[in-house]
Amino acid sequence: MAHASSYKPNTAVEKWFDDRLPIMRLMHDQLQDFPTPRNLNYLWTFGGILTFCLVVQLMTGITLAMHYVPHETMAFDSVEHIMRDVNWGWLLRYMHANGASMFFLAVYIHIARGMFYGSYKAPREILWILGVLIFLAMMATSFMGYSLVWGQMSFWAVTVITNLFSSLDSIYPGLGTTIVQWIWGGFSVGNPTLNRLFSLHYLLPFVICGLVALHIWALHVPGNNNPTGISIKTKADAIPFHPYYTLKDGFALSVFVVLFMAFVFYAPNYLGHPDNYIEANPLATPPHIVPEWYFLPYYAILRAIPDKLFGVMAFAGSIGLLLFLPWLDTSKVKSARYRPIYKWFFALFMIDVLVLGYLGAKPPEGWYLIVGRLATAYYFLHLLAVLPLLGWIEKPSAMPGSITDDVLGKKPVAAK
Amino acid sequence: MKRTASSKLSIVSSLAGALLCAATFAVTPASAAEEGLMMKHQKWSFSGVFGMFDRGQIQRGYKVYKEVCSACHGMRQLHFRNLSEPGGPEFSAEAVKALAAEAEVQDGPNDEGEMFTRAGKPSDAFVSPFPNEQAARAANNGANPPDLSLMAKARVGGPDYIYSLLIGYKDAPDGMTLAEGMSYNASFSGHQIAMAPPIDDEAVEYTDGTAPTLDNYAKDVSAFLMWAAEPKLEERHKLGFRFMIYLLILAGLLYLAKRRVWSKLEH
Repeated sequence: MAHASSYKPNTAVEKWFDDRLPIMRLMHDQLQDFPTPRNLNYLWTFGGILTFCLVVQLMTGITLAMHYVPHETMAFDSVEHIMRDVNWGWLLRYMHANGASMFFLAVYIHIARGMFYGSYKAPREILWILGVLIFLAMMATSFMGYSLVWGQMSFWAVTVITNLFSSLDSIYPGLGTTIVQWIWGGFSVGNPTLNRLFSLHYLLPFVICGLVALHIWALHVPGNNNPTGISIKTKADAIPFHPYYTLKDGFALSVFVVLFMAFVFYAPNYLGHPDNYIEANPLATPPHIVPEWYFLPYYAILRAIPDKLFGVMAFAGSIGLLLFLPWLDTSKVKSARYRPIYKWFFALFMIDVLVLGYLGAKPPEGWYLIVGRLATAYYFLHLLAVLPLLGWIEKPSAMPGSITDDVLGKKPVAAK
Repeated sequence: MKRTASSKLSIVSSLAGALLCAATFAVTPASAAEEGLMMKHQKWSFSGVFGMFDRGQIQRGYKVYKEVCSACHGMRQLHFRNLSEPGGPEFSAEAVKALAAEAEVQDGPNDEGEMFTRAGKPSDAFVSPFPNEQAARAANNGANPPDLSLMAKARVGGPDYIYSLLIGYKDAPDGMTLAEGMSYNASFSGHQIAMAPPIDDEAVEYTDGTAPTLDNYAKDVSAFLMWAAEPKLEERHKLGFRFMIYLLILAGLLYLAKRRVWSKLEH
């Protein structure tokens, strides 16, 4: 909610500065005094946690880049050099590798929270779309970062994923092949590919930073959604961001860091794949090429479709469709709390994504393939049929009159 | 409605779901050990939160590597100096100097432009037994003995796998014919391995009273290879413990601060 500025410069210097560049005013109004719904639960702490993840990835990544060598004959050994000879190199690298997993864990919870509480609905459509774009940029960045290790899984993941573009050959002969060779910078994945992946892996995080700034801006215009989905109506509905949410976010973040560091210190390779400790070898294909865990649901969708081009389209569509979620969901009620039917479909959708993730790690044969096709079908059915129709069919349950009424336990009023 | 049960439930279930998905995906079952392969899990001194290497064990393991494995397998990521660094076998600096001096290292070019060989120094990397892959294959019936620097992290099962492989040589079951020069191994994918049984009882002399058996050799060299793949494991475990204590105190204080500030609100 755009609100009147409450910033008061205390000294002549602050006043002088405020007249020229009101950055202190911006910080005060947006980070300290920002009116925030008083009923946000712990699922709302993941925005802050994600910001932390981004900063950790940038700080560790910039330092790692000082020691890493993006060359096909030296990349793998330079990673081992970091692990063995660079001061604290092992810690930086394990934080960066596990940090990517933690980043995705947090972003998936963040996205699921948005879906459950209808945070993508008016007036937050742009906020949501920016979020989907951040997610896409994260996927591209992590994929490129994974390739830099130049282990067997890195190399073959790059080969498989870049080859997806060759499916365009079935639209116009030669088109896909040309694009793939243009991406590779040659006729196979090699040194030019590694160099450009490194360059882009360094570039994209700053694009993410820009998108995150817009995302926060778009958040601070309408203000936070909340578990009731009801907007702030009176002053009593809101509390200042600081100290209430700085402390709540701070506590949640510290618990999240415990989980993060448990992986870094005690199971740093648990989320990785042993094959990536074998140096890339273009002549030996690993028996099973699997992506990192956070890509598995999409990988399952890709492989569920027998036709290559349609598989790639489904793969792209599974995320692209999320851009249209604000319009696919026709219900006027935001929070699933007051949507008795949607609640169950939401749960089903979550289970569906988990099933797809499980299948993404299995070979696409027998029952795995059949279940994978059913799960893929439901994924699209949910977005393209269930959400639009449910808005017409479902009768929302009684809602509280305001955020404060809800917090203080006043009797709910009938839905309008 | 005071903080509805359903909203709490949704938080808990979504967090649990996310963790569950991370855990199930991480197992990457496609890569898990193939059906029917022998995998003997061992109690390693370095496993667990407080796990540390058994100094004597990895010293013996190095001896096994040097006297047996190194005839065919290189360890190019390691340097002799690593052998005296904290958290490893921790040989004395003098001992490492002597060990390094046994190696013949190519250096140069000298002032005449010629390459020459000299005795190794602690700063030198381990010398691989073959100059290139072709030479390795030519000497090994077409097979390329893999570098062992990262072996304990590059196979499902890690040190358990290496141990199982070394004790996994058996007679081929009836009806199975092995290809020329191959051996049967219960733990190797496809059960046919190009490496002949590399070691047997009493092949390496132990001076610390440990029984010179295949089982001990296999355990010791597996532990040594784990250290080689993860030389900062002890440092990691030690730092992790301190970090966790610090974090848990911080989390506790933040929780108390949060409660105190929020208690001013009616909710």
